[in-house]
Amino acid sequence: MNAKHKTLFLAIIAVIFTGLGLQAQNFPTGRQMDDPTKRDTVRSIAPYFIQAKKSKKTPDAQGFIQRWLLLEPIDKPNRSNTVFTDSYIREAFTTEYFPGQFTVLPKKGEKVKVGEQMLTWHALESTNFNVKLFRFAYGLHKQTYGVLFWAVTVVNSPREMQNVRMAVGSNSASMWWLNGEEAVILSGDRRMVMDDCVSPRLTLKKGKNIIRGAVINGPGMSDFCVRFLDEKGEPVRDITISYK
Amino acid sequence: MKSGIKISGITALLSVILTGTVAAQIGKPFIHDPSTIMECDGKYYTFGTGGGGLISEDGWTWNSGAVRPGGGVAPDAVKIGDRYYISYARGTGGHASEVYVMWTKTLDPESPDFGFKDETRVAFSDGIEDCDAIDPGFLLDPTDGRLWCCYGTYFGYIRLVELDPKTGKRVEGNEAINIAIDCEAADLEYRDGWYYLLATHGTCCDGANSTYNIVVGRSRNVTGPYLDNMGRDMLTGGGKMVLAARNRVMGPGHFGRFIVEDGVEKMSCHYEADLDLNGRSTLGILPLLWKNGWPVAGENLREGTYEIESERRGYSLELVVDFVRMAGGMRGFGRNANEPVKPVPSQELADVIDTWPTGNIGVRIGDYMTRPHQKWTITPAPDSSGYLGGPYYKIVIAGTERALAATADAEVITVPEFTGAPEQLWRIDQLTDGTYRIMPRVVPNSDKKLALISIGDSTPTLAEFDMNSDNSKWNFRAH
Repeated sequence: MNAKHKTLFLAIIAVIFTGLGLQAQNFPTGRQMDDPTKRDTVRSIAPYFIQAKKSKKTPDAQGFIQRWLLLEPIDKPNRSNTVFTDSYIREAFTTEYFPGQFTVLPKKGEKVKVGEQMLTWHALESTNFNVKLFRFAYGLHKQTYGVLFWAVTVVNSPREMQNVRMAVGSNSASMWWLNGEEAVILSGDRRMVMDDCVSPRLTLKKGKNIIRGAVINGPGMSDFCVRFLDEKGEPVRDITISYK
Repeated sequence: MKSGIKISGITALLSVILTGTVAAQIGKPFIHDPSTIMECDGKYYTFGTGGGGLISEDGWTWNSGAVRPGGGVAPDAVKIGDRYYISYARGTGGHASEVYVMWTKTLDPESPDFGFKDETRVAFSDGIEDCDAIDPGFLLDPTDGRLWCCYGTYFGYIRLVELDPKTGKRVEGNEAINIAIDCEAADLEYRDGWYYLLATHGTCCDGANSTYNIVVGRSRNVTGPYLDNMGRDMLTGGGKMVLAARNRVMGPGHFGRFIVEDGVEKMSCHYEADLDLNGRSTLGILPLLWKNGWPVAGENLREGTYEIESERRGYSLELVVDFVRMAGGMRGFGRNANEPVKPVPSQELADVIDTWPTGNIGVRIGDYMTRPHQKWTITPAPDSSGYLGGPYYKIVIAGTERALAATADAEVITVPEFTGAPEQLWRIDQLTDGTYRIMPRVVPNSDKKLALISIGDSTPTLAEFDMNSDNSKWNFRAH
């Protein structure tokens, strides 16, 4: 029984959606948590994100990249995620929504206009291995369903690294580029699983490498996780992550 | 019986090395989110979303009739002492939900003892937190008697709470623990020192396009971490496949486990769509196998023609008839290497059947030679009878109606014509190691439950089943 089915069921028994108002939660994530969870009174992206710092940041112990520039969600209505075929998402992700979408490294606080929406780039660090886009949108009072997110980060490599792979999990479909080249695409109604889809062998050049990603979702929680794997399948950790 | 699984005599005659279909269940097994199957006073019960559920007299034919108050979604069940505890969830708006537990002394709605009592809320979600408290699943830990309940869906975490096995209430002060993400319909099991978290991934509720599938992780501790075969924590989305779509059924979800006896286990689920049943959501019951410490969905034997191989030595069940040599002799020496190559025809039934007695013929086990007296056509019995998760089978020599049968002296023979007598019906259970147990529905003039056994390399008999002996195990080979 998933959320969609449950919602239908609730509709049948005439229970109207309530309680999705202005409250958010405020409990620590991780294996242990308290229950019942206290309702908070102010929406916030905490504790899922902190503002990105300027200090050196490496991937976490498993190699996941936690520092990202995230654009507030683009309105992309989809009542179901079953439409996310390869051709659909390739078209959705190669559409230009804002100038410089595939070329410019956005700046923290920069605004872009997408249709009638004025959206802001946020420089954030996820407190989890994954980037919870649903919480990002919810905490900022933005729409959470029927959304398309853009994410950008900069990987600084101390040397050229050949034959690495970008490993991605996302909810729902997503597409990822390294230095302007398509790296990996995740089609379908996906749940986020670490290392779900892995790119062909790539080269991280010495110095700056730009990762761009786009995640699309209809109903449900949106999130992603990204890391690089070396030739032995081990996480690449001797890189640093910045947003400039 | 569904028309799709009926097999006519003509078809049977023509079927050689054919693997056919097998129904999920028969009757009207329509259900979504079935609870773990419970046995109560000789009947089987499972409860589903929306209240109510299914009842079966034999475990094969299922129809509506089970009663569960409270409505809501996705119940589970566990028996503790003389009580059947049922959990289910009710939504209160959006992702705000509550898990309730109640109990009854019988599941038979016609019994005067029937009636659910002491409904209590054991968990909830506030609609905002990273959890939606639906889809509860019980675990009564056989090692210490503690009662656990997991719950949750794609909206955040799967969580685990501890309940009091005497009351079903939440243990005071117990804190919920996150044990998985991005799944739903979770269930916990214990086996051989491992705790298993079985959960459903994929898309629900989209009929034949539902991508629902059941995955598993395991842990040495009930509280996790639950890791898959690649070492991935289910908190990072890990999970090893247990069951996905197959044949004409799509989107299995909502795992439940039923231990029949040592070596014989079943798993229940629903299929989002059974294409042979209007594409409706139906109950599925399959053998549950354990391979290298991991649960794997087995498969009921499909109708077809098979070698029946003894696990003891690898010899195969055959008629006690004269071995008929194929034409030709030594073919390997002194032949012209340049002679034209052409196939040698197989020995066919018509080549040998006139050499067979017309009455009862004994059965032995011999080295398999792909000969007609070694090929058995197996089909679901025409009377639609069955047992938990499977139909009784008719077993005949391929191309004939010569049927395998149990005798009153607990031996096995073949009779010239299948009559449908109960001693000619066979229960075939895939065992937890993937081999099979073959049992006659009855042994004439006996109430003993006996199985087909290899008492010698070449000699079958009927005797008590022993999971620890290869004498008790068989394989079906479709060549």
